[in-house]
Amino acid sequence: MNHRVLVSRIVFSVGAALLGAAFALPLIWFVLAPFNAHADLDLALPAPPTLANFSRVFANGAAVGALLNSLLQAFGTVLLVATTATLAAYALARTTLRGKRAIEYVLLLFSSVVSGSAAMVPIFLIVNALGLIDTQLAVILVFAGGLLPTAMFILRDFIASIPRGYEESALVAGASQWRAFVDVVVPVLRPGVTIAAVWAFVQVWGGFLIPFVLLRSEQRMPASVEIYSFYSQAGTPIVPLLAAYSVLYSLPVIALYWYVNRKYGFRFFGGIKS
Amino acid sequence: MSSRGANVSSRIGVAFMTPAAVLIGLFVVFPFFWIIAVSFTNRSLLGANALHPQFVGLKNYLDLFDPATFWSQGGFGPSLWLTIQFVVLSALCGQVVLGLVLAWISRELSPRAKSLLQGIVMLAWILPDVVVGFAWFAYLDRDAGTLNQLLHGLHIPAADFLIEHPFLTICVFNAWRGAAFSMMLFDAALQSIPPSYLETADVVGASGWQKLRDIVLPLIRGHIVTDLILITMWTFNVFTPFLLTAGGPSFETDILPIYTYRIAFKSFEFGKGSAIGVIVMLINLAFSLAYLRLAQRGLRKKGKAA
Repeated sequence: MNHRVLVSRIVFSVGAALLGAAFALPLIWFVLAPFNAHADLDLALPAPPTLANFSRVFANGAAVGALLNSLLQAFGTVLLVATTATLAAYALARTTLRGKRAIEYVLLLFSSVVSGSAAMVPIFLIVNALGLIDTQLAVILVFAGGLLPTAMFILRDFIASIPRGYEESALVAGASQWRAFVDVVVPVLRPGVTIAAVWAFVQVWGGFLIPFVLLRSEQRMPASVEIYSFYSQAGTPIVPLLAAYSVLYSLPVIALYWYVNRKYGFRFFGGIKS
Repeated sequence: MSSRGANVSSRIGVAFMTPAAVLIGLFVVFPFFWIIAVSFTNRSLLGANALHPQFVGLKNYLDLFDPATFWSQGGFGPSLWLTIQFVVLSALCGQVVLGLVLAWISRELSPRAKSLLQGIVMLAWILPDVVVGFAWFAYLDRDAGTLNQLLHGLHIPAADFLIEHPFLTICVFNAWRGAAFSMMLFDAALQSIPPSYLETADVVGASGWQKLRDIVLPLIRGHIVTDLILITMWTFNVFTPFLLTAGGPSFETDILPIYTYRIAFKSFEFGKGSAIGVIVMLINLAFSLAYLRLAQRGLRKKGKAA
């Protein structure tokens, strides 16, 4: 290997390492602080590493309750989105309805135009008119409505790849259309539903603005909002607990992404994560 | 081959679509029209105008664009201008360029180094908003934060970035936060380039930059445009910097989503907040139409090639 190639190789490796380090730097503190009982904002090796912060978090009823609220809101939304999006996407993919393309076009347009921050006011007013302010149901319904169009597009592509012959043979064998859908299409569609469900779960789990605007009482707040209870009255964070709580709160998201990535690999499904 | 047998009847089709249609109608389509209606009223959260809002015509819009107050501190003008700068710096110069560089570098790395690099970048993207908000709060701390400790080691004077350079900080933050999407999109795009093209370039002795400029960029132009539009649209609507700066200090990071939130839910001027919302949605509409148009052209091209 001549000199120039060697030098450019070294420059390249150093550059790549520096770039990776720049991305990692803001998170390094996060790997250490949760295990340090006296964690502060400086970077320090925990001596000795301890799980004390985590047990203090688990002793805090409101914090645990908030994680459970997050679970409830995320699972509620996922159930609603997965069932309604599967049904609707199937109908869209297999119908001969005229104007189907127009429906899809308008849907795509609305889903990208109406953003959370622009539509906050009317959504608040609608939820208020429905008498659902400060209920977890409101959070679930609003998230479901917002996530549905994208979930439908993810699923539609999966359904389009299922040969129609599958359902035809079921219909020929005497199954009703509903049975053909439930017994033939749904099982084949499982990877698509998993990906849409994981995506929806992550959106709700991390969502801050919607619960922040729609909920009032502390006992209904999800972790994304309740995390601020780890700040003192003066607004300064109680660092060790906040660090431990953040890790607990991040774990499901990391685990789900890792699972989907390992099982299906990352592909693009109509602009995942908006 | 036509296979009408598997088509669902319109009765079942409608039944299947109804639940989704109700939810989308109620929480996506209806808000869209309601926001337009509210923007012509003086609706507020409390007081007489909450129950009986009055029609005020274009007043909210005229107020927003009133030349006397347009450029005043905390007004619509500075917020709009700040948002444009934010999109150009953090999305176009930040995320898109970083994503391209990361994808380009990944090609030359060993599989293990590649998944390490991409894993770190992905982590910045998938963590919940409030967690990255707190991580950056710790990272940027004036006295003890990792960044200032590092600068101290390099003999560069420490700074309170969120106070002294708030706008630059949220730009860097947003670039860091969102680069993963562009990286993955370009990673997929680069893999679609036939290796023989680049090998030929190697044989004639092209430099890395020449390969990028003359072969890669023209081939992935479609992906770049898609990326530009999506990233622009998302950055335009991003609320996360609120968790770092809450729009301050003294409105220096008052980008449009934060401005909307402040007018609607701090001052409780729903009418005016909706008018801003309408303008934001119109800008979103322009981006989506451009995107849909490009996507359809891409599909048609693909159809011809097949």
